[in-house]
Amino acid sequence: MSRVQVQHDVEQFLYRQAELLDSKQWQAWIDLFTPDGVYWMPPEPSHKTWEGMPAIFAEDKNLMTVRMGRVQHPDAWSQRPLWGTNHIVSNVVIDKVAKNGDVTARSRFHMMELRRDDVRHFAGQYTHQLKKAKGGYRIKLQRVDMTNAQAAYDYVIQVWV
Amino acid sequence: MLQERIPDLAKFVEPDRVRKEVYTDPQVFDLEMQRIHETVWIYCGHESQVPKPGDYYTVQIGRQPMILVRGKDKKVHVLYNRCPHRGNMLCGDRSGNTGEFFRCSYHAWTFHPDGRLRSIPMMESGYQGTRIGKDSAELCVKRAARVESYRGFVFASLAADGPSLKEFLGPAIVAFDDMCDRAPEGEVEVVPNCFRVIQHSNWKIFLENQLDALHPSVTHQSTGRAAHEVEKQLAKKTKKGEVPLSYHMLSAFATVTIDKWDNFQTINYPYGHCILTGYMGLRPQDPDTLAYDKIMIKAYGKKRFEEIIGVNIHHVLLYPGLSVQSPLQQLRAVRPLGVDRTLTEIWHFRLKGAPEPIYRRSLAYYNLVNSPSTMINADDLENFWKCHQGLSSDGGDWVSFARHHGHDIEKNGVVESAPNQGTSEAPMRNQMKAWARFMGGAR
Repeated sequence: MSRVQVQHDVEQFLYRQAELLDSKQWQAWIDLFTPDGVYWMPPEPSHKTWEGMPAIFAEDKNLMTVRMGRVQHPDAWSQRPLWGTNHIVSNVVIDKVAKNGDVTARSRFHMMELRRDDVRHFAGQYTHQLKKAKGGYRIKLQRVDMTNAQAAYDYVIQVWV
Repeated sequence: MLQERIPDLAKFVEPDRVRKEVYTDPQVFDLEMQRIHETVWIYCGHESQVPKPGDYYTVQIGRQPMILVRGKDKKVHVLYNRCPHRGNMLCGDRSGNTGEFFRCSYHAWTFHPDGRLRSIPMMESGYQGTRIGKDSAELCVKRAARVESYRGFVFASLAADGPSLKEFLGPAIVAFDDMCDRAPEGEVEVVPNCFRVIQHSNWKIFLENQLDALHPSVTHQSTGRAAHEVEKQLAKKTKKGEVPLSYHMLSAFATVTIDKWDNFQTINYPYGHCILTGYMGLRPQDPDTLAYDKIMIKAYGKKRFEEIIGVNIHHVLLYPGLSVQSPLQQLRAVRPLGVDRTLTEIWHFRLKGAPEPIYRRSLAYYNLVNSPSTMINADDLENFWKCHQGLSSDGGDWVSFARHHGHDIEKNGVVESAPNQGTSEAPMRNQMKAWARFMGGAR
C-alpha cells in the first residue's frame, strides 16, 4: 500500500474516532479498540508505560464499559447538564508502517468542551498504535499527551478526550 | 468590619445547624484564613517530595505562599515565598531544586535554603549608614513560626504558640500510623505525581462530605451500578477471586446501600478531626495479599501484624485541610482559594517494602477515584457547586446537621456515633464546633 494511501486511511480513521466522541456514540467508539486495547493519558510526557504508573486515564475495554455505563445511567445527574465537545485532529504523522500493515501515528488534537455556560480547552498529542484489521484499523494503544495535563483541573474530565 | 456587622459570630453556629453566611460571606472567609488556616497546623507535604538538599515544593497555607525546602542540613524548612527586599516571590515554579541557594530573580539577593541571607550584590557600597546590615534579622526569608514532622508528613503553623502537632492531631494521628505501619519497612514514600482539581465551592463543603456516610449510595450510584454490571460479567468469565479489586472499589458505592452505611461509625475528636471506621473489603485472600501478609509477619511478627491489619479505618479527616485514606495510602490536601473556590491536591504513597501488586491495587483506586478523570468525585463536585449556589440564595438561612443529633455518645470530649447510627451528622457538628472555637480566637 502506498504511503499516500496509508496517510489517507489513518487520517480518516482519526477523524472518525473524533466524530464518534463528539456525537457521543460511546459503544462505537469503544469498538474501535482491539480486545486488549488501552486508552492511556499519562500525567506527564516522561512516562514510558501506563502499567504501575499514576495515570489520568489507563482504561481497557472493561473500564471503558464502566465509564460508558455511568455516563448513560439515568441517575448520573451530574451528566444531565447540556455538554458537548468539538474535536479538531490534525498534523498527522505516520511514524511507522509494519510489514503486516500495523501503523504508529502521531497527531495533534484540540478539544473544545461546553458544559452549561463554561468553555474549556484541552489540547495535545495523540499517539496511536493501530492494528490493521478488516476494513481499516483497530486501536491497540492510544496515548494522549495533553499539554494541560499538569494544570489544575477546573472540575474534572468525564469522558475520553 | 465583620465584627461590627456580625457582633456575635458564635451565633452562626448552633449545635445542630449553621448559618449560610459561614459558607458564602467573603469576610467570614478572610477571618477563617486568619484564625484557622494561618494559625493551626496545616499539612505542607511529605519529606520524600524533597529528598535532596535544595529540593523544594511551593505550597499555600491560608493566603500565604510558602516553600517547603530541604536544607543543606538535611532538615525540611517551611519559608514564606517572599524576598525580604522588595517582596518578589523566590520560587515561581511549583517544584524544583534551587541548588545551593535561592536567588531572587529581581535584584539577585541570595538566601540559604533555611532562609538565612547569603549575599546582597554590592552590600558594602550600597548600604553604608542604612538600617540594612549583614546581620539584620529582617534580611532573612521569614520562616513558618513552627514546623513539625510526623512519620515523614510535614506540617507548619504560622502562629508561634498553640498546641504541638501531636497534641493538635490527638488520636486522629492514627491516620499516619495506619498508613506507615502497613509498610513492611514502617515508612511510606510519595509517588511523584500530584493531581490537582478545583471545586467551585467553599472549602468546608468538601470537608463535610468526606465522612458523610449518607451520601455515597445516592451521589455515586450511577458509577457504582455501572461498575457492578461489568464486575458481574467479569465474574462469569473468570475464576473466583480473579476480578480486579478496582471494580469492587467502584461497585461498593452502590452495593453498600444507605442502610448498610449505618453499620459504620464515626469517632469525633477535639479540633474538628474525625475517623470513619469500616472496611471496603480490603483484606482479600488472593495470592498477592497472602504474599504481602507473609512479608508483614516476617517484619512485625504475627501478633503485631494482626494489630496493624486489623485497624478498622476507612477515612480520617484532619481538620481543617486534610482527608486521609490510610488503608489505600492516599490523601487529599485542601487549599482554599477563595470563599467559593477550593483546590484539592491529591497524592498517593507507596508502602516501602511491600510487593508491587499491593502498590498497584491502591494505585488503581488513585487513578479511578482520585484522578482528574474520576468517575466518583465528578458527582461530588457537582453537588458541592450546587450546594454553594443554593447557599448563596435567599431561599433559606440555615444548613441542617440534625441527623441523630442528641444520640451521639460523648466520653472525655470524644464523640462517637451511636451503634447503627454511622450516618449521624456528628462529623459536621464536630467540625463546626471546632470552627466556632477557632473563630472565637481559641488555638
